[in-house]
Amino acid sequence: MPTYFEKKQLVTPGELLAEGDYVAGENSYMEGNKIYAQRIGLADAENKKVNVVALRAFYVPKTGDIVIGTVIEVGFNGWTVDIKAPYTALLRASDVLSRPFKPQNDELSQVLNAGDLIVAKIASYDRAHDPQLTVGEPGLGKITRGQIMRVTPTKIPRVIGKKGSMISTIKQETGCQIILGVNGVVLVTGKNVEDEELAMMAIQKIEAESHTSGLTDRITQLLKEEKSKREEKKE
Amino acid sequence: MSEKPEKLIDKKGIRLDGRKADELRPLKLEVGVLGNADGSAYIEHGKNKILVGVFGPRDVHPKHLSQPDRMVLKCRYHMAPFSVQERKSPAPSRREVELSKVIREALEPSVFVDLYPRAGIDVFIEVLQADGGTRCAAITAASLAIADAGIPLRDLVVGCAAGKIDDAVVLDLYDAEDKLGAADVPVAIMPNLNAVTLLQMDGILTPGEFETAVNMAVEGCKKIYAMQKEALRTKYMTVKEEAEE
Repeated sequence: MPTYFEKKQLVTPGELLAEGDYVAGENSYMEGNKIYAQRIGLADAENKKVNVVALRAFYVPKTGDIVIGTVIEVGFNGWTVDIKAPYTALLRASDVLSRPFKPQNDELSQVLNAGDLIVAKIASYDRAHDPQLTVGEPGLGKITRGQIMRVTPTKIPRVIGKKGSMISTIKQETGCQIILGVNGVVLVTGKNVEDEELAMMAIQKIEAESHTSGLTDRITQLLKEEKSKREEKKE
Repeated sequence: MSEKPEKLIDKKGIRLDGRKADELRPLKLEVGVLGNADGSAYIEHGKNKILVGVFGPRDVHPKHLSQPDRMVLKCRYHMAPFSVQERKSPAPSRREVELSKVIREALEPSVFVDLYPRAGIDVFIEVLQADGGTRCAAITAASLAIADAGIPLRDLVVGCAAGKIDDAVVLDLYDAEDKLGAADVPVAIMPNLNAVTLLQMDGILTPGEFETAVNMAVEGCKKIYAMQKEALRTKYMTVKEEAEE
C-alpha cells in the first residue's frame, strides 16, 4: 500500500498520490482504490489521510466566516454583495437596520450603495441557496477607511501564521489594523498611507512565498529593514 | 501556400518541415500570463500561438442557463483576424462554433462539475496564430488555465493529433500537411486516468492505419503531458528557489 510522493512535494491535478489503504482528504479524490490530486499543491499524509494543500483555489462560503465584500446592487429589500466566491451573497435590509424594514420609510441606497465595501459574516449557506450575510455584530458593517487588497484565499491561514504569529508581527511592526476576510480580501487600516503600504507589501510577500519555510523571520527582517530605510529618508 | 509539392514526406521519412514521422513540433507552455483572469495559459505549438483565459466559478449569465445540480462550462474558441494568411472575419464562423463545443466536451469530463452547482466557468480561447492542430493545442492550454484558476480537476487534459500524409502515418500535422494530406486524427486524453475525451477523424484511413494513428497521437499526448505538468510546476518552483537563496 504505497504512497507516491514525498512530504510537501509539489503535485499537479491528476497525479497519483497513493494506492490501497488510504482515504482522500482535502483536494484529493479516490477512484477505485487509487488517490489522485485535484489541485496544484503540496501533498501530505496524515495517518491514512492524504491531503493536498492547494496553492491555487477560490473561496467557498462557510457559515460563520468573516468576509469582505462589495455591494453590487441595491434591491427592494436588501443588497446583493460580491464576496469573490462562486455565488453572490445577499444582505437583508432588516438585518442592517435592526428594526422592521418598511420600503416607504427607508431608502436603502442611503444606508449602503453600490460600490460600498462591507465586512460581514456568513449567516447561512448551503448548496441549494445563495449565501446570506449578516452585519449584526460588533466590528462588522460598512468600511469607511483603509486600503483593500486581494490574496489567494488558501493563503489566508499563512498570513495569520501559527497561532496568529505572522499577523501580530505585521500589526506590531506597522501599527496597522488588519482585517482578514476568509474570502481572500484584506482590509488594512493605519495611521497613514505609508504604514498601510508597508503592511500590504509584507502580505504580498507572504502570498508569493507562502509555500517556503522560515517565512516569519524573513517578514520580520523585511519590515525592520524597510522601516529603517524610511527613517533614513526622513533625516 | 504555393502549389502542391510532389511529396509531403521523402524516402528517408523526413517531412517538409524537416521532422521525422513521429516527431512533435517544438512546444512552449506558460501558466498565469493574464493578470485579470482567474486562470490563464499560453501555448506555442510549432507556429500556433494560443492564449487562454479562465474565469470562475462565478454566477452564470443569463441566469436560466445555470443548472441546479452542477456547474456549467462555457467555452469560446476564437481566431484572431490576423491568425491566418487571408484575413479572417472576426465574427464566429461555423467552424469556430463547432470547435468551441468540441473543446468544451473534451474538457468537461476533467472538471468536478457537481461540486459547485448553479455556478459556471468561462473559458476563452484566442488563437493568435494558427498553423494546424489548434484544437489540440487549445485543449492543452485550456486545461492548464483551468488548473491555474484553482478549479478541482480529475486530471489535466492534453491534446495531440496524428494523421496520414502520402502513405505514411505521422504525428502532429501542421497546416500544409493537414490540407494536402489524406487524414487527420485529433485525440485528447487524461493520461493518468487512461481516458479519452476527444477523438475525431477527418479523411479516409484503413482500420489498421487508424489504430496506428491513435496510438501515435496518444504517445504524443504523453510527451506533451510531461511538459504541461512542468509548466504548471515552474510557476511555483521559481518562487520557491528565489526564497531559498
